[in-house]
Amino acid sequence: MLSFLTSRLSLSTRCLPIVNRRLFVRQFASASAETINFTLSDNSFKAYKCDPPSLEIEVSKDEIVQLYKQMVVMRRMETAADALYKSKMIRGFCHLCTGQEAVSVGMEAAITKDDAIITAYRCHGFTFIRGGTVHSILAELMGRKTGISKGKGGSMHMFSKNFYGGNGIVGAQVPVGTGIAFTQKYLEKKNATFILYGDGAANQGQVFEAYNMAKLWDLPAIFVCENNFYGMGTSSSRSSANPQYYTRGQYLPGLQVNGMDILAVKKACSWAKDWVINEQGPLILEMVTYRYGGHSMSDPGTSYRTREEIQHMRSTKDPITGLRQRILDFNILSEAEMKQFDKEARAEVEEAVNKAQNDPQPDPDELFADIYVKGTEPPTIRGREREEFAVMQQ
Amino acid sequence: MRISRLTSLLLPNFTNIPNKSIIRNQLIKKASFHATSLFLQKTNTPPSAEGFMPGVSQSRETKKMNMFQAINDAMSIALATDETAGRFIFGEDVAFGGVFRCTLGLAETFESLELNILVFAESSPTSTAGRDRVFNTPLSEQGIVGFGIGMAAMGHTAIAEIQFADYIFPAFDQLVNEASKYRYRSGGIFNVGGLTVRSPCLAVGHGGHYHSQSPEAYFTHTPGLKVIMPRSPIQAKGLLLASIRDRNPVIFFEPKILYRAAIEQVPLVDYELPLGKAEILKSGKDVTVVGYGSLIYVLENSIQLAEKTFPGLSCELIDLRSLLPWDVDTVAKSVNKTGRLVIAHEAPQTSGFAAEVATSIMERCFLRLEAPVQRVCGWDTPFPLVFEKFYVPDMIRCYDAIKEILEY
Repeated sequence: MLSFLTSRLSLSTRCLPIVNRRLFVRQFASASAETINFTLSDNSFKAYKCDPPSLEIEVSKDEIVQLYKQMVVMRRMETAADALYKSKMIRGFCHLCTGQEAVSVGMEAAITKDDAIITAYRCHGFTFIRGGTVHSILAELMGRKTGISKGKGGSMHMFSKNFYGGNGIVGAQVPVGTGIAFTQKYLEKKNATFILYGDGAANQGQVFEAYNMAKLWDLPAIFVCENNFYGMGTSSSRSSANPQYYTRGQYLPGLQVNGMDILAVKKACSWAKDWVINEQGPLILEMVTYRYGGHSMSDPGTSYRTREEIQHMRSTKDPITGLRQRILDFNILSEAEMKQFDKEARAEVEEAVNKAQNDPQPDPDELFADIYVKGTEPPTIRGREREEFAVMQQ
Repeated sequence: MRISRLTSLLLPNFTNIPNKSIIRNQLIKKASFHATSLFLQKTNTPPSAEGFMPGVSQSRETKKMNMFQAINDAMSIALATDETAGRFIFGEDVAFGGVFRCTLGLAETFESLELNILVFAESSPTSTAGRDRVFNTPLSEQGIVGFGIGMAAMGHTAIAEIQFADYIFPAFDQLVNEASKYRYRSGGIFNVGGLTVRSPCLAVGHGGHYHSQSPEAYFTHTPGLKVIMPRSPIQAKGLLLASIRDRNPVIFFEPKILYRAAIEQVPLVDYELPLGKAEILKSGKDVTVVGYGSLIYVLENSIQLAEKTFPGLSCELIDLRSLLPWDVDTVAKSVNKTGRLVIAHEAPQTSGFAAEVATSIMERCFLRLEAPVQRVCGWDTPFPLVFEKFYVPDMIRCYDAIKEILEY
């Protein structure tokens, strides 16, 4: 199994060289908006029934710095969530995206706030990148009033504008996302919906039902399979007859992307968005990525893979280290400046943790709120007598 | 005088409830309430549980087990006592134990057994499904149950695990439209009696929306299925073995909080407990209290509190164990004696299983009832994360219901 895995992963090894000799720089005069032209590694993409995007990508120095900062804060946030869970401040189920930051940050960099994203349970990173603050996310995890879902959702249930949430039911978000894409098309909006699911969820029947409808009506739906090689504790090779997830749409063109290289992710997502808004029909993107932690907090993540494998991925393919190296190679920032960013990120997250810890829990009324539209609730909510309602009012 | 249940919940000062000190003590004990329960077999004496097969009560060989170990033991026995057809266990991540470790070690133990019938293709080199009898499936609940139905229709015994009861809904169609009706719609030519679906359910203390629900009532509404929920390791082992061997599709819900919290001296022998038979855990003359699963321990505590508060009061506690079919006779007999009925479950009250119990008892015992039947259930809200303690019936709410029914 492992040999299979290594051969699959060698793809990402090759696409994320720490120093890519073939990269070249074309520098422009303006300081902050100065852009750099990167050439991605040859192995960044693998296409199915379509031509892959070009390997050239132009990114401004400012943007590179921004991407770096976002990934660093995201990782700090997940580390903080990990610690809070272990100290029992966070209860419930908690799935961290440590290692997979490039997917969410790279995707957001390629689209606008009017494009939609919907994902599954590993949703903290996406919530952050779609406008949730670190504080609102940590407060949600801890069940505080100030949480992004008023403390009523917890780990898998975070939403923000054009971010249709995490979802705790494996695969259930895929048909929902297809409906969002349909509406975008119906309203003639030039926007796309990115529908994320894992390699585990890729085997759910409703995923294929969604593919069919999306293609039938040529919806601006981009099905993004975050392939981190393990659906919970079962490796993709043991759960999937065809682990080449980008080819699984049969009639849907697909693109496999090195999901550990943020620039490849950005390139692929902007290419995909162009594709679907030009009414060429839906696409599948397979983001080849890796999670360093277990599936959830109750999974140490080492019973079905070796520590060496995790260590190897961390040391050779980490998205943050990869981008950091690029920043240094092109003299965008100095080592000291980046250390400063890391420090600031740590402070920002620490402050959010402290603030969230001291926030109150939601009011008792919230238990009954938002089940029905206000004013249309059943006259009595069963389990609670009329006079009990009066007590609540006092 | 009626006490508002919500008052007792939300207001720190329980002005209407006497014996505050007892409540406080009980609340402290609550964290370990399973350990203090009188209903858990802690000694090496033969279990007194009703319905034990005669041989079991003679057996003195027991082992300390928690509920997941007892379930593991039951499945191990089921796999080992394979006679004519193969028995299989499958579900998400079960091969290395499952999220709750119920299937721990089974894959290794039963991997080498030769089977006379194989239903899988062995061609795929990466797939171990053809050889192993305990194997992982893709994350595909509808597929898991449909697959199990197919195996069971071929005469196999299939034990499918749905990782959380909250995830059973993608398989709802397969269970309701396929499994339950297979025998009926084929005129008895085919059946899926070998199918048992195990699934952890109920609150666990911090599960949130999708890891805490109690979907039993959806399935008790489906003729053709059997629905079981045990309260303890001894019960779980006996009921699970009976469920596996019962020639009807059975949904076996396991209260996940009990996996580690409930520990008993479990007989090592192969034994079954009857499906469809409730158990009277404590007899009494004034109030019949009915529950199932982990709520039994909450009810036990509230009965203790009520009996301390009202000297002379005696409550009868009944564990239904089996929800479809459920033992209406035992409950009706009890209510005919006491005239009062309190029912508790964690699922929301509206259309919950308590409604069925209340109606049946009203039909059977109308003239004997001294007070309206009391239901203590989850509120009609989605299962909340932060409000779990408010939502799940706790000792005070159950006590309150007993008090109300007494003072009616």
